[in-house]
Amino acid sequence: MTLEEILIQHSPALVIAIPLLSAFLMPLISRINAKLRNVFAIAMLGLTGCFIWLLATDVLTSGPRVYIFGAKNLTIPVVRILFEVDSIGIFMAIITIMLAIIAVIYSWSFMNEQDGLDKYYTLLLLLVTSALGMEFTGDIFNFFVFLEISCIASCALIAFWVTEGEALEAAFKYIVVSAIGALFVLFAIGVLYAQYDALNIATLAQALQYTFLDKIVLILLLVVLGMKAGLAPMHMWLPDAYGRAPPSVTLIIISATLASFYGVLRVIFTLYGNVLTTSMRFDFPLHVIIGWVLIVLAIVSILIGVIMALIQSDFMRLIGYTAVAEVGYMFLAIGTTVAALGAPYATVALQGGILHLLNDAIDIGLLFLVAGAIYYVTKKRSLDDIGGLARTMKYTTVFFIVALLAVAGMPPLNGFTSKFLIYESVYQLNPILSIVAILCSILLLAIFIKVLYAAFLGPELPALKDVKEAPKSMLLAMGLFAGLAILIGLFPNLFIDTLVKPAADALLNHAQYITMVIGGI
Amino acid sequence: MIEYIPFIAVVAMVFIGLYAVMFRRNLIKIVIGITIIESGVNLFLITLGYREGGVAPIYTGLPPGTTYPEQMVLPVPQALTLTSIVIGVAVLALMLSLVMHIYRKYGTLDVRKIRRLKE
Repeated sequence: MTLEEILIQHSPALVIAIPLLSAFLMPLISRINAKLRNVFAIAMLGLTGCFIWLLATDVLTSGPRVYIFGAKNLTIPVVRILFEVDSIGIFMAIITIMLAIIAVIYSWSFMNEQDGLDKYYTLLLLLVTSALGMEFTGDIFNFFVFLEISCIASCALIAFWVTEGEALEAAFKYIVVSAIGALFVLFAIGVLYAQYDALNIATLAQALQYTFLDKIVLILLLVVLGMKAGLAPMHMWLPDAYGRAPPSVTLIIISATLASFYGVLRVIFTLYGNVLTTSMRFDFPLHVIIGWVLIVLAIVSILIGVIMALIQSDFMRLIGYTAVAEVGYMFLAIGTTVAALGAPYATVALQGGILHLLNDAIDIGLLFLVAGAIYYVTKKRSLDDIGGLARTMKYTTVFFIVALLAVAGMPPLNGFTSKFLIYESVYQLNPILSIVAILCSILLLAIFIKVLYAAFLGPELPALKDVKEAPKSMLLAMGLFAGLAILIGLFPNLFIDTLVKPAADALLNHAQYITMVIGGI
Repeated sequence: MIEYIPFIAVVAMVFIGLYAVMFRRNLIKIVIGITIIESGVNLFLITLGYREGGVAPIYTGLPPGTTYPEQMVLPVPQALTLTSIVIGVAVLALMLSLVMHIYRKYGTLDVRKIRRLKE
């Protein structure tokens, strides 16, 4: 075996091990030098990124990979930890590592005047580890463990500005909600283990009989993971947490949220993939019921997100509600796929939803970075206290315009591509849903045009006379996001063909997943 | 009937915990509610792992007269419970430290008085 093959073979474990070990090395490294600490964080995340890249090229050309921890040949019944990397997992890992690297670049300037940065970077790397773990694991109990790690790390990071009462409040709300949620996931895992004597997702998916207990498990898992993904009506924690955490942290929390969304996909398409077509009461198959429930909740999320964003004056909180609306668009796409399982437009909807995962990360991330830049230079959160910033912050203004067009789904940018796929497929299921989605998207444009006028245009405020442009590393981070937004907007096929289509196929083809994992162990 | 008592206790603990989280105004009581739910879930896992006449899978500590590996219990639920207890301690510590900071900041533990993030 060549060195490259060995590296690829072990990269699923290395992708988790590198950020995890460097998280615990971080306090030691910080003692030496502050600059070394920053370089170390970015270098380790870059190394993780390299391994993800290696793994991605391999998984996309030669199919999914199974990585087994511990002995290969065991005679006792299968109890072992294994990682399973397929196209959807690797797609999520690429998003996570992209957000993490950009957040660390942004933190260089944004956090440089803060205390306790060793703990900050430790928690940040732990959060990245947990998101990657949730995306790679093939074992449902490991999924719970990584979910709890992400809950603890993100709660501590939300409360990073510990002198602000609101940050503490947001963190407490978040930890109550996610601790209870995680306990119910554990309860569901216990029920599954009691019935099928297995914790492996593929083994469970194969054995699942869809008994009464399995229905309870399905409801528990969907409710908890939907809540962690920010689906209405359990979205309350999301604007608080997003709005009060430091914006560089918010980027990583977005990746944890998206990992929970990935959990929803895994539960519906893989764990319950065999029984989706089972007939329920009144001759409705299961997938129609799940699909319509998700669609209704998604429409509620979109409406709540947009309407609540309309009345906010706190910039970061406004973006938080926009994030709720964007999550709604993703669930709308998934709901359409599940409700119309088997129809040709179901695949289009799933592709739109998966592409929207990437676009949501980029657009919402860019908006938070812009809000963070404004907060960094003016120390003000409310839109009422700022104005005329375009005179001094030229680049930030340009990035904000890119973000606002992208998040509202305007043609030359990335949001348009995925939202168009979603509208197109949802229209075939039910035209009214599509009309609501388009109208809300237009409202989002209106909201952000209002923000553009309030923050950037208009007369110069005397209090903000000597405001300077944001520091270089923050501009670099925003520039990377803006460049990606334009790139995906101009060449969507590049991304759809290489990344999104294999990911959608991997989700829809759950039989392949099951045989591959069971054949591998 | 007697073998269902642990499951009844699990359900009771989960609902008592949920009640405390939803209807109590004191932050400490909310934290206590969460720990009660956690104990309920741990009890559930332990109950699932119980096998009548089973022995712990330790070769050197087998009681005389047992047949192995037939009588040995696969200790997965116990391992899950241990993990869950460790995680629970971490979450509890984090929650209590947040409550401490909130008390320092607002001077009260009443949820109604500290709600600033409303709309």
